[in-house]
Amino acid sequence: MGIGQAACRRWRCTVKARRKVGPRPAVALDHGSVPWLLAVALATAGPHFWHLPWWLSLLVGGTLLWRAWLWHGRRPLPPRALLMVLMIGSIAAIGWHFRTLLGKDAGVALLVVFMALKPMEMHRRRDAVVVVMLGYFLLLTHYLYSESIPTGLWLLAAIALLTAALIRLHGGSQPMTVIARQAGLLLAQALPFMLILYLLFPRVSGPLWGLPQDAYSGLSGLPKQMSPGSISQLSQSGAIAFRSRFADELPEKSDLYWRGPVFDEYDGLTWRSRALPAGSPRQAPVIESSGRSYTYVSILEASNERWLLALDVATSLPPDSSLAPTLEALSRQALRVRSRFSFTSSPDYRANVTETPIALQQALALPADVNPRARALASEWSSRPPKEIAEAALAMFRQEDFHYTLRPPLLGRDAMDEFLFVTRRGFCEHYASAFVFLMRAAGVPARVVAGYQGGEVNPVDGYLTVRQSDAHAWAEIWLAGEGWVRFDPTAAVAPSRIEQGIVAALPAGEPLPLIVQFDADWLRQMRNRWEAANNAWNQWVLGYNPQRQREVLSRLGWQAPDWQSMTASLAVLCGMALLIVVLWTLPRRRAVDPVQRAWQAYCAQLARRGISRAGWEGPLAFAQRVAREKPDLAALTSEAAGYYAALRYGHREAQALRLLQQCIHRLPPITRQRRQRA
Amino acid sequence: MVLLDAFQRWLFRLARDRQSPIVLGQRRIFIIPTGAGMLFAIVLAVMLVGAINYNLSLGHALIFLLAGVGVVAMVHTFYNLFGLRLTPGRAQPVFAGDLAHFPLQLENARRQSRHALEFSFAEQPVASVATVVTADLPAEGTATITVPWATLRRGRLDPGRITLCTRYPLGLFRAWSYPYPVWSVVIYPKPIRTPLPAPSAAAHADHRHGNQGQEDFAGLRPRQISDPTRHIAWKAVARRSDDQPHLVKQFAGGASEELWLDWSLTPADGDPEDRLSILAGWVVAADEQQACYGLALPGKRIAPAQGDGHRASCLQTLALYGESAP
Repeated sequence: MGIGQAACRRWRCTVKARRKVGPRPAVALDHGSVPWLLAVALATAGPHFWHLPWWLSLLVGGTLLWRAWLWHGRRPLPPRALLMVLMIGSIAAIGWHFRTLLGKDAGVALLVVFMALKPMEMHRRRDAVVVVMLGYFLLLTHYLYSESIPTGLWLLAAIALLTAALIRLHGGSQPMTVIARQAGLLLAQALPFMLILYLLFPRVSGPLWGLPQDAYSGLSGLPKQMSPGSISQLSQSGAIAFRSRFADELPEKSDLYWRGPVFDEYDGLTWRSRALPAGSPRQAPVIESSGRSYTYVSILEASNERWLLALDVATSLPPDSSLAPTLEALSRQALRVRSRFSFTSSPDYRANVTETPIALQQALALPADVNPRARALASEWSSRPPKEIAEAALAMFRQEDFHYTLRPPLLGRDAMDEFLFVTRRGFCEHYASAFVFLMRAAGVPARVVAGYQGGEVNPVDGYLTVRQSDAHAWAEIWLAGEGWVRFDPTAAVAPSRIEQGIVAALPAGEPLPLIVQFDADWLRQMRNRWEAANNAWNQWVLGYNPQRQREVLSRLGWQAPDWQSMTASLAVLCGMALLIVVLWTLPRRRAVDPVQRAWQAYCAQLARRGISRAGWEGPLAFAQRVAREKPDLAALTSEAAGYYAALRYGHREAQALRLLQQCIHRLPPITRQRRQRA
Repeated sequence: MVLLDAFQRWLFRLARDRQSPIVLGQRRIFIIPTGAGMLFAIVLAVMLVGAINYNLSLGHALIFLLAGVGVVAMVHTFYNLFGLRLTPGRAQPVFAGDLAHFPLQLENARRQSRHALEFSFAEQPVASVATVVTADLPAEGTATITVPWATLRRGRLDPGRITLCTRYPLGLFRAWSYPYPVWSVVIYPKPIRTPLPAPSAAAHADHRHGNQGQEDFAGLRPRQISDPTRHIAWKAVARRSDDQPHLVKQFAGGASEELWLDWSLTPADGDPEDRLSILAGWVVAADEQQACYGLALPGKRIAPAQGDGHRASCLQTLALYGESAP
């Protein structure tokens, strides 16, 4: 049969061709999932509107609205060329605005633009997945600006939304509540993994490479140099500078001088720290401390500066830090993140009783030809002993008409003369610099110290909170045999500044930050709670760095963990968590009804005794058949069938189930004969 | 190639599933990350570098949470298939070029619903969206779907194994399984419509005339339940009142003229497949005209008859012509 064979041959070769599987076509995007993706774009890009240039926020918002309008009318998406023009235009505008395309702000702006434009070319499901992945990445960038508790909560909600969007993309149309529940379930099950990884993932302390210029912009703190107004400006901020917890008792309020930069060079307007000549040996200060000492831990906010704001004067320092010749504690590196340090300080001390002649010489230097009246006043005092000179200056501030204010008048070229003899209104930096000027003019070595004074105990967690508004400046003079001694001229003008803080010291109507000014009891309580929560958050969540990780692990009884053993235990714990999730999500089967089970067990027993129930036989019909075929089992079977029928079809009685189960045990034992017959 | 095939058969358990229902156990469910899953991993890695570089503690937490979501999604994707029960049904014959539909009953015994289960044939030569069926299953529910196969040629079709895959819930992983039901269906040749051969032309001298032919109208009689509806004399019915039984046309047997659909009547120089298609077209046309027809193929003859069963056996003979008996 030639034809048959030909057909056969053709069949066989086509069988081979059949194995070739064509490329799978891309899955088109479901119309109903577009709103989810727009919500994703809005939730991830939207919060960035606060710190993006306004025109960019407008562009992004407009694009998303445009996309929503296209979706609503089922209109076609714009051509690629238009999108390219939009894209290139925005990139150019961002580059022009930020003067770069790299760096934190410009990078975030670029990502936001991508996020706004990608939905414009969403044709397939793959495009939508890219949008969600971009969204996940954008979530991370929010932490560059804020890592507060509200940000954390908001982003958790955003993660749920993004995950729900993925479920919508891959699971098709379902009611929103079902999708939300599924997303919530996934997140809840992922939580143990997060905790384990958070605790045990070997932490690397960053940065891995040089960060862009703007990485740490916007940090506030003590100024590098002091001119009139630089500290009073800081007083406008209620932001927290640092928190300290003392191991034992709290020092007196008048002892709470937290030392920052020391300024010993004056050019007539600005006080600066003297730069050490290159290569000169750094001379460690000589400190003799006696009496009380305080041990405490400070959590410093990032300042991008090196000073550690230890209480005067630090006698023991954390690792990687040192005491400068001018007594301030300095970290080896600038504080770019919030960090913990522990100190011991002693308020009763004598520092540098023998000071080098060069240092004393420098502590007397003044610019020539400024402030003639102040010089004249000082030269009147210069014959007295140094301590009396200082007392005379303080007495002048105390007795004459000097005012403590945040809004001092502007000063001209001879600033000290104007302040001392004309305006007589100033903030702590005015008093400190005027005092030091007078001392130097009178021949007493003196310098300005900036830092913080005071602080407020938060009763919720016992931490002493020091705010930017507690910034202060005071003076030190060098006395033979006593070393450097602190004099605070502000205390002479406004004693309450030291005893009760800045609010009590300033007259009403001064422009203080709201957070400091408002002192209603309930408000203070709420603020204390909130800040205590933030403190815990900062220490346990945000401040969890390699060092803290070691501390926590050693407290858990694991001394000196290395990264290998950490990785190993990480793997083991993750495996256990996976097992828990697997067991948790294990498909639950229908539980067999106990009534059904008891009846089936009874019938199985009867089957062993030689009579088995057919699948279609109801309980009562079966009982009748048993009565015909096995009269000895009739009574019991009809009783059991009665219970079963009542439980199954009648009203349920709790007792009936137990009686039915008992019927199984009441069956007569199987005799050998019967077994043979069976 | 042979080794690879053997390896695949071992790995994917490509043996026939002779028992029914087919239950998907863990040994026969496979799972790998999708492209989206890879992208997710890369995004997480880049995010981790960023979080380390900028010392973002909360960023670490975000990344670890997302990593956990990825792992959990893998478990969910696996469980979306695990324990699913499939009961294959019988497929109806179709003409080549049409979609053959293989019915499959799905049963979900667990208390969670299942979503986005995609069924297709692994060896389907024409892969398109139309040949992929997506099904959702409610908790403790059942559903019946048909898996289509775009047929190309006549013959007995063994569609091979099913690819049952799912990406639910997040699309980061693709879990799949290869259920291999015992399925087989006859694909008739694609009919080519040409005019029927004249009945007279079929009257060869050596043909034994059938005596059960039903093409000669002999009269009317009241309808019985077993009579096919197409024999009802509708015109006569229309003339009569409603309460009287319908009349059916009665045919006399032993007609002198029979319609033979003969291989030799098709173009002798044509492709054998085309000739079979022409014969199939004749069978369809003759059946539509309610003719009594026989089929003559080299080495195979089917005596003239009528009806659905006859049509099916004729078409099946054409479909399997040249194939060795299964």
